[in-house]
Amino acid sequence: MTQLNEASPVQDDAVLRVTDLRTWFPVKSRGLLRRKIGDVKAVDGISLSVAPGETLGLVGESGCGKSTAGRTMLKLIDPTSGSVELNGRDITHLSRKEMVPLRREAQMIFQDPYNSLNPRHTVGTIIGTPFRVQGVDPAGGVKAAVQQLMERVGLNPEHYNRYPNEFSGGQRQRIGVARAIALQPKLIVCDEPVSALDVSIQAQVVNLLADLQDEFGMSYILVAHDLSVVRHISDRVAVMYLGHIMELAPRSDLYERPLHPYTHALLSSVPVPEPGAAAKRERILLQGDLPSPINPPSGCVFNTRCWKVQEQCRVDVPLLREYQPGHFLACHFPEEKLHIGETIVGPQAPLVDNDYSLQSPEERAEEAARARRGEAWERDEPGDFGLGSKIQ
Amino acid sequence: MTLIDGALQGTSSDSFLEVRDLLVHFPTEDGLVHAVDRVSFSLEPGKTIAIVGESGSGKSVTAQALMGLITRRTATVEGQVFFEGHDIVSMDDEELRRLRGKKMAMIFQDPLSSLHPFYSIARQLVEAVRVHQKVSKSEARDQAIAMLHKVGIPSPERRIDDYPHQLSGGMRQRVMIAMALINSPDLLIADEPTTALDVTVQAQILELLTSLQEEFQTAIILITHDLGVVAEVADDVLVMYGGRAVEYGPVDEVFHSPEMPYTLGLLASVPRIDRELGERLDPIPGNPPSLITLPKGCVFFPRCTYSHEVDGQTCATVRPELESTSAGHLVRCHLPADVRRANAVAKLALIAASHTKSGDAPS
Amino acid sequence: MAVYLFKRLIRVVVLLLLISLVVFMLFSVLPTDPARLTCGKACTPAIIEANRHRLGLDMPYIQQYWLFVRGLFVGRTYFAESPSPIECGAPCLGYSFKRGEEVSTLIKENFPPTFWLAIGAFILWMVIGVFTGIYAALRRSKWQDKAVSGIALVGYALPTFFVGLVFLFFIVLKWGLLPYPSYVSPFVNLTQFLQTMILPWITLAIVSAAFYVRLTRTQMLETLGSDFIRTARAKGVKERVVLMRHALRAGLTPIVTAAGLDLAGLLGGAIITEAVFTLPGLGSLAISSVNDADLPVVVGITLVAAFFIVMANLIVDLLYPVIDPRVRLT
Ligand SMILES: Nc1ncnc2c1ncn2[C@@H]1O[C@H](COP(=O)(O)OP(=O)(O)OP(=O)(O)O)[C@@H](O)[C@H]1O
Ligand SMILES: Nc1ncnc2c1ncn2[C@@H]1O[C@H](COP(=O)(O)OP(=O)(O)O)[C@@H](O)[C@H]1O
Ligand code: SF4
Ligand code: SF4
Ligand SMILES: [Mg+2]
Ligand SMILES: [Mg+2]
Repeated sequence: MTQLNEASPVQDDAVLRVTDLRTWFPVKSRGLLRRKIGDVKAVDGISLSVAPGETLGLVGESGCGKSTAGRTMLKLIDPTSGSVELNGRDITHLSRKEMVPLRREAQMIFQDPYNSLNPRHTVGTIIGTPFRVQGVDPAGGVKAAVQQLMERVGLNPEHYNRYPNEFSGGQRQRIGVARAIALQPKLIVCDEPVSALDVSIQAQVVNLLADLQDEFGMSYILVAHDLSVVRHISDRVAVMYLGHIMELAPRSDLYERPLHPYTHALLSSVPVPEPGAAAKRERILLQGDLPSPINPPSGCVFNTRCWKVQEQCRVDVPLLREYQPGHFLACHFPEEKLHIGETIVGPQAPLVDNDYSLQSPEERAEEAARARRGEAWERDEPGDFGLGSKIQ
Repeated sequence: MTLIDGALQGTSSDSFLEVRDLLVHFPTEDGLVHAVDRVSFSLEPGKTIAIVGESGSGKSVTAQALMGLITRRTATVEGQVFFEGHDIVSMDDEELRRLRGKKMAMIFQDPLSSLHPFYSIARQLVEAVRVHQKVSKSEARDQAIAMLHKVGIPSPERRIDDYPHQLSGGMRQRVMIAMALINSPDLLIADEPTTALDVTVQAQILELLTSLQEEFQTAIILITHDLGVVAEVADDVLVMYGGRAVEYGPVDEVFHSPEMPYTLGLLASVPRIDRELGERLDPIPGNPPSLITLPKGCVFFPRCTYSHEVDGQTCATVRPELESTSAGHLVRCHLPADVRRANAVAKLALIAASHTKSGDAPS
Repeated sequence: MAVYLFKRLIRVVVLLLLISLVVFMLFSVLPTDPARLTCGKACTPAIIEANRHRLGLDMPYIQQYWLFVRGLFVGRTYFAESPSPIECGAPCLGYSFKRGEEVSTLIKENFPPTFWLAIGAFILWMVIGVFTGIYAALRRSKWQDKAVSGIALVGYALPTFFVGLVFLFFIVLKWGLLPYPSYVSPFVNLTQFLQTMILPWITLAIVSAAFYVRLTRTQMLETLGSDFIRTARAKGVKERVVLMRHALRAGLTPIVTAAGLDLAGLLGGAIITEAVFTLPGLGSLAISSVNDADLPVVVGITLVAAFFIVMANLIVDLLYPVIDPRVRLT
């Protein structure tokens, strides 16, 4: 809580306020013994807020806790500590049941347009579920409302009675979008909404999301690893690393004047479709692996791979502080200069043994079997979707 | 890259790699899948060609056909693939097997599932050596350790006895690269080698591939759907759509003056980190075609926004051929070359305009 | 590891005790009176009661069970009051009054035929099943595959006694190709042993191989489609090696599991096959002792059979890490 002084990343008049949120998962060892060997600190003390009508991008490498953060904010996973406020109401300790009415205000769109829709329900049923679960009776009936939604997201309303497998990936993602906006929520968490789609289809869905925001004025939290997409739609962007927010800033500040060494490295690794452009850009090569979230490094979690690391970084945890107006940063030695045309190579971080499993092979087999039987699609019900049951 | 002219008659080739009219069809229950439909290209030793396209456009099937990995029992393979003068398509299984892993090697998208889960890294690398070289196990192991060292695995003597699941994604892909290059092949086919990896790791792997290429003079066929990766590492690029090559040429040329409407659409639709693209992206409408029921004329016709500029029903009914537009640059489109170029200039100018308008791009 | 083993062994013992308790309880509700069976035609209630007392059958069941469990761990003395008491050393499985033998002796005597039957049939069906399964997978959806799958389905559906009787009837009785089965130890007369065992082996193998054909075929098809098989081929590995060392190895876990449990099940007695071919094995012993309501023998055989199965489970569990390094103890 110490990091919340008067210049806090948590604003007052926000749709969503997240304070010092932690989500830890117990881990068991591999093999037959399955002892508890620690916790995956998937989200380890993040604070942020989302203003009405704003899009907040959440970026970072795989496993840094983006999805877990997004899911915890909607209480699809229970936080270990910290607090979440939705529209001024503290929802941290609400039960699943108490959350049901609040699902009207906050919805989620999933990455995988293939697994997030129940294959045995028609599109009409899927998109109409929020109305039924919330007991909302739209003027003109559910069917008319659903068809209007389908039209709005670019689906043919005549396909009301078709099943998800009759649609392409992009169209399925539109179904997910239609379901999410059905009750005009104030906030939608989009977890990698376009990363499973082909490049030429991604742009269609990105535009749809932008248009819907213009029309209904909801806020988005956009969880994604594609920095170009995030830059295109976000107003502000938070960069996560190993469960922590490293930098949080308005989009143009972050992309053009990054301050955190990790943000520099991340941005410099995105290849651009411009032959010969490499010479005009920063080039920072990180070495080695992301540390294990079970045993994160002491001090700054980035210190094993940071190209600016100093002794202090191994000892003191840098707090997320406002460095310039609106630009929050967790680093002892911010980097203001862009190193265009230089090549910087980070230190050789130690290799990380991947020697723990979140699930035993039997559990995985069991889950696969369940998925085959169709039970994994229960997220279809907005009152109780996701449940954090599917581990990525 | 003067392949098309001599393509039809020749039965041999002096080029390092020359693919002529490669065709792969899979008979399935739903119908015939036209996975690769008469694709031609060539590659010089030590150079890199990228094959780009969306999923299902036939990239991986092309690659596997080049490796002779498509069994003729389940598929039709036609055309010619001359590799160092010999036609791979007409080779028998044993000849192919001796070539694979020795002269040509391959790495894949998902390094975890591509390594045998039950065997140690050492065992898999040693096997790769001993399939092609008559050396003892311990000699092969020494070679393996040296190769792991080359691909940047720290203290390889210790890591070599690990199992794949014990390594991180980036390390696994390094192991795959070590395994592919251990017999110093002349050609490396990399099928989306970085798609499953994070950008920071992708940067490391691309860096590694280019430096090893310099050292071993390996030619690389890099399959990807990321135009950024193409621009960064490739010399030439082949754009595939619906199983066909629709544009082919040097990367500079194709990226700066794309002529096929699909390539143009692709370049215009991706959000870019180095430019402001304006408020809205400019998507390609519609969906990729089914490879079972391909459009009769141009495969891109159902999504093309320029087809009205071609006379009558030509685009819908007549299949365009891959034709040369300038030295080494080939395009498959009925539009006249000057119209194509004008379209490209107009669309790219639009992007550039929104770029200067917002005025805050970093580069 | 040691802790793990210890825990597992404790569980094995508890499980076996539970099983014996269940058998005891089943007998207590049976309508037959074992004491009544001890005396022949000229029976008076007085003799029955006397026998009942002599055999300890007048004690409450729970006490009988307690004595049995105690005997397992510390041994037990029968007919302590009589002039010739019988010492049954630990682990004492009990004493058959009906046959006048210790149960463990009976089991020891009847075990060899069962053992040979199980081992021979097991090897036969594993070899046939696995190789045919691989063959079918390689000829997937070709006529060979369909033929193999069809035959396997028939084999799977055939009842053991039917196959056994058909063999016996045609090969032995009708055509006289083999002498009538009569068990001898292989160390006494190997030819006669083989002549006796060959039909039971084939009978069991036909019925069980069918299952392994199907299992192996599915496993092979699954692994042959995986990415690491493609990698092996891309390395230039010979197709034979790809099949045996890469594909089969990866699909082995379920096959080993099933094989271990099946073998263990057989070691406890192949009741039907032994009966059909009149082999003096545990299965035959089990049947006759059930007919005679010979409780100690039934409990003893049940325990031995359960012991094999529980141990097979343990061994299979310990084998997993050997097969699959991903579940290795860390
Ligand atoms: N249910 C769970 N049980 C245990 N650990 C979990 C669970 N869900 C996630 N984790 C772990 O928490 C960490 C963060 O996971 P998360 O899915 O949030 O990452 P992410 O940033 O969304 O990654 P990606 O880009 O791959 O989607 C990872 O180490 C992950 O393995
Ligand atoms: N063995 C096969 N049998 C039938 N169809 C196949 C087979 N392999 C690939 N295909 C089909 O060929 C098309 C091209 O596939 P692929 O080359 O893998 O695409 P990508 O460009 O994404 O790599 C796809 O429609 C795919 O479903
Ligand atoms: S605190 Fe130190 S280690 Fe962490 S990012 Fe800043 S400079 Fe690097
Ligand atoms: S041939 Fe016609 S439809 Fe095809 S790309 Fe050219 S203009 Fe478009
Ligand atoms: Mg995620
Ligand atoms: Mg592919």
